[in-house]
Amino acid sequence: MNTVVLLTLTGLGLAALYFLVASGLSLVFGLADVLNFAHGLFLGVGAYATWWAAGNLPGAGSDGLGFVVAVLFGVLAGSLVAVLVELVLIRPLYSRTIEQVLVTVGLSLAGVALLQATWGADPRPFPRPDWSRNVTSVLGAQVPNAGLLLIVAAVVVLGALLAFLRWTRYGLVIRAGVENREMVTALGIDVRKAFTLVFAIGGAAAALAGALGGVYFGTVSPGQGGSLLIFAFIVVVIGGMGSVVGSAYAAVAVGLLQQFVNYYGTSGLGDLCVVGLLAVVLLLRPQGLAGKVAHA
Amino acid sequence: MVEPVLSVADLSVRIAGLHILQGVSFEVAPTGVTVLLGRNGVGKTTTLRAIVGLTPRNGEVRGTVRMGAQSLLARPTHRLVRGGLGYVPEDRCVFAGLTVAENLRLAERRGTTPAYDKVFSLFPELDRRGRQRAGSLSGGQQQMLAIGRVLLNDNRLLLVDEPTKGLAPKVVTEVAEVLERVAESVPVLLVEQNLAVVRRLATDAVVLSAGRVAWTGDARELLLETALTKSLLGVGAAEVHS
Amino acid sequence: MTNSVVDAPPAQVPDELTPGRSRWHGLRPFLPLVALVVAAVLPYSTLNLPGIFEGPLNSPGTLQLLAICLVFGGLAAGYDLLFGRTGMLSFGHALYFAAGVYGTDILVTKAGLPLWQAAVLTVLGGTTLAALLGAVALRTVGIAFAMVTLAFAQVGAILVARDFGGLTGGEEGLPLDVSGLPSALVGVTNTVNLYWLALAYLALVVLVVHRVSGSPTGRVLAGLRDDERRIGVLGLDPYRFKLVAFTLAGGLASAGGVVYVLIVGGASPHITSSELTLSLLVMVVLGGPGTRWGPVLGGVLYMYLDHRLTAFGTSDAVNSLPAFLSHPLSQPLFVLGTVFILAVYFFPGGLASLRSRLTPLGTALRPRP
Repeated sequence: MNTVVLLTLTGLGLAALYFLVASGLSLVFGLADVLNFAHGLFLGVGAYATWWAAGNLPGAGSDGLGFVVAVLFGVLAGSLVAVLVELVLIRPLYSRTIEQVLVTVGLSLAGVALLQATWGADPRPFPRPDWSRNVTSVLGAQVPNAGLLLIVAAVVVLGALLAFLRWTRYGLVIRAGVENREMVTALGIDVRKAFTLVFAIGGAAAALAGALGGVYFGTVSPGQGGSLLIFAFIVVVIGGMGSVVGSAYAAVAVGLLQQFVNYYGTSGLGDLCVVGLLAVVLLLRPQGLAGKVAHA
Repeated sequence: MVEPVLSVADLSVRIAGLHILQGVSFEVAPTGVTVLLGRNGVGKTTTLRAIVGLTPRNGEVRGTVRMGAQSLLARPTHRLVRGGLGYVPEDRCVFAGLTVAENLRLAERRGTTPAYDKVFSLFPELDRRGRQRAGSLSGGQQQMLAIGRVLLNDNRLLLVDEPTKGLAPKVVTEVAEVLERVAESVPVLLVEQNLAVVRRLATDAVVLSAGRVAWTGDARELLLETALTKSLLGVGAAEVHS
Repeated sequence: MTNSVVDAPPAQVPDELTPGRSRWHGLRPFLPLVALVVAAVLPYSTLNLPGIFEGPLNSPGTLQLLAICLVFGGLAAGYDLLFGRTGMLSFGHALYFAAGVYGTDILVTKAGLPLWQAAVLTVLGGTTLAALLGAVALRTVGIAFAMVTLAFAQVGAILVARDFGGLTGGEEGLPLDVSGLPSALVGVTNTVNLYWLALAYLALVVLVVHRVSGSPTGRVLAGLRDDERRIGVLGLDPYRFKLVAFTLAGGLASAGGVVYVLIVGGASPHITSSELTLSLLVMVVLGGPGTRWGPVLGGVLYMYLDHRLTAFGTSDAVNSLPAFLSHPLSQPLFVLGTVFILAVYFFPGGLASLRSRLTPLGTALRPRP
């Protein structure tokens, strides 16, 4: 029983990390048709900016309010980089989907190499509050606080995103744009502003994943974003591109499946099951669990 | 001669290497309904989409399109629409996952008061079904919504693409009635296949054939000549003589 | 093989590559043959090109680097069959290459099969794998297809890294057991034979891709790239044609893996990574997708730069620069990624389009009579 609770909660922690990365990817893809390989870079920027701020930014630190300031700084940095990427690199290639993918591929290679050039390839210890290293007893299981932090953060982000999409004008434009971008412009709306906004949101969520992932893993390294990104892609496809709720369900399914199979089966088998799940979902429902039909 | 609200001159569209339109020229009168006619695949929808700037990326547009003194081509769609060019696309294209009220709210613009009174008086159904998802509306109701959301704002010209396609005869009449009332205040460029609707609404007609203009003039004149109508609109397989 | 390359009808030379009338015009169809002969006799040269290669041309180190470049030229040309000629954006091509590398390595080292048997089985296996996975992945199109192929390739990477059954050697990789190999392919002094093998592989891929794209099937593939619906309207099934291209490209990639494992003498897990597929994409785009020589050129140049930039990054010239310049420049992927982004913006046709872009410039600069 204790093991099941522990595995469930660590699986949900992993799911939270996937969700934070996948929600932005999904929105960016759903609205702008951009398969963003540079999304892992936003995560890396968030992690390194938080790490840098904790050591160098006045008022920021590795504990208490200082840690919050450091994370905020990281999220802001990730969001800013994402907006710059959209404005400078993606926007000039508006509606040229393949070229946009190519540019994000180049950016992911160059960006990670740049992080590596600046801070080295080796993992660096991540500043984290003392309480995040402890465990909390949940139903008899000793659960790491960092995992719980991730879950709480993901739930808050999910709630905020849904509220934003449901109640604001821009949320309305984004939901409509995911369905039919052309028709949004035909109503007199400049849909490209919404692209920038979606990149900003996605960048912020990914950067938050980077910062909290750093706390969870205890280290930060340049390649961290890349390995998470592939599973985030899988979550996006399973959940249905453009659907935040779909991403949340898919992230939970993937996280739990991975954690349980890796524990009860051979290590690594869980990862394979996840890809198997992807194949099954695609064969049964090519459009994913929710959201629009995946199209070219 | 009254100044036309829209003039299209030598418009050519190529999509993926195929010539869809070749040197199309016509004018839209500042009042009434100008109907764009022709058989399936002659380029009627392509013409409307080129005017409103929605030619696909692998397409190439040449020629000039003017609304008043303003040249339209090469300007982004959202600016054209804000400048008073209302567009009701083929197949309605309402946002199925959004509610009726949200579909309408999307068309609101900053700085202007949306004309909900006008829209709800034309389509009382839209007011009653505000919280319903647009995807669950009937075809006729979706068409009303597609027209209604364009009418929330003031327009200088409406482009309406096959509004009666796939609708039941009774609903076709309703849509035609609405368009008739709309056309009292704003000129309409209408693509329509249903001859009864054309007969009821059209003041002027432009007939396309194989990407070129085959006939332009007074709509009643066209409809009076059964033989001409048949040959241009293709009831039989007659050759086109212009 | 040499003969077949010459057989290429001159009409197949893309228009943009055909210059105006000049006295070289009649020689153009033979240029591929000339290039092949030059490449074939190159190991007999003791020419020293300081700065470009570390040793003379016929030194084992240089030949090995060149052989790797040639294999990747072939791989890029095979990948272009998918990307440039059919318009399929696969992010999982590394899988079939890795299947070739690990398949041969395992069959030779763990199962003790003779090389030719291992090679045949591996290529057959790689082709079958491509056919099976392609059959599933091609149920999706466009970006979803890209993601699915990426996920499948990730399975390969996981299988290799986790070392199921102790077959792959995990993170350590699996050195090739050379005791059972033909002696002509073993040892530093025989590097030249591996070089020729790589050259033959490249010629084979170029020939196959060229033949396929000139055939009726190739025209359907090009039609799929330009507008898939139009092919559907003609009553042809896009799915089957795409599966053929996918399977063929997978088979060619696994054959490349067979050659590659011999050249480097073993398998290491980094060749299973998605980064390798991304590199293939970079090679093709840099070279010029859908052209005959562009992808080959892109592949050769990319691998060369990838190897040489590492040396360049640690050279004195770079080290003397300020840190904010020297650190990024010492990362080959930073340089290549940046060049790639610039290429997407400014040279959408890749290297192959440079000639047509430069021709007007040359004409403009030439003094008028």
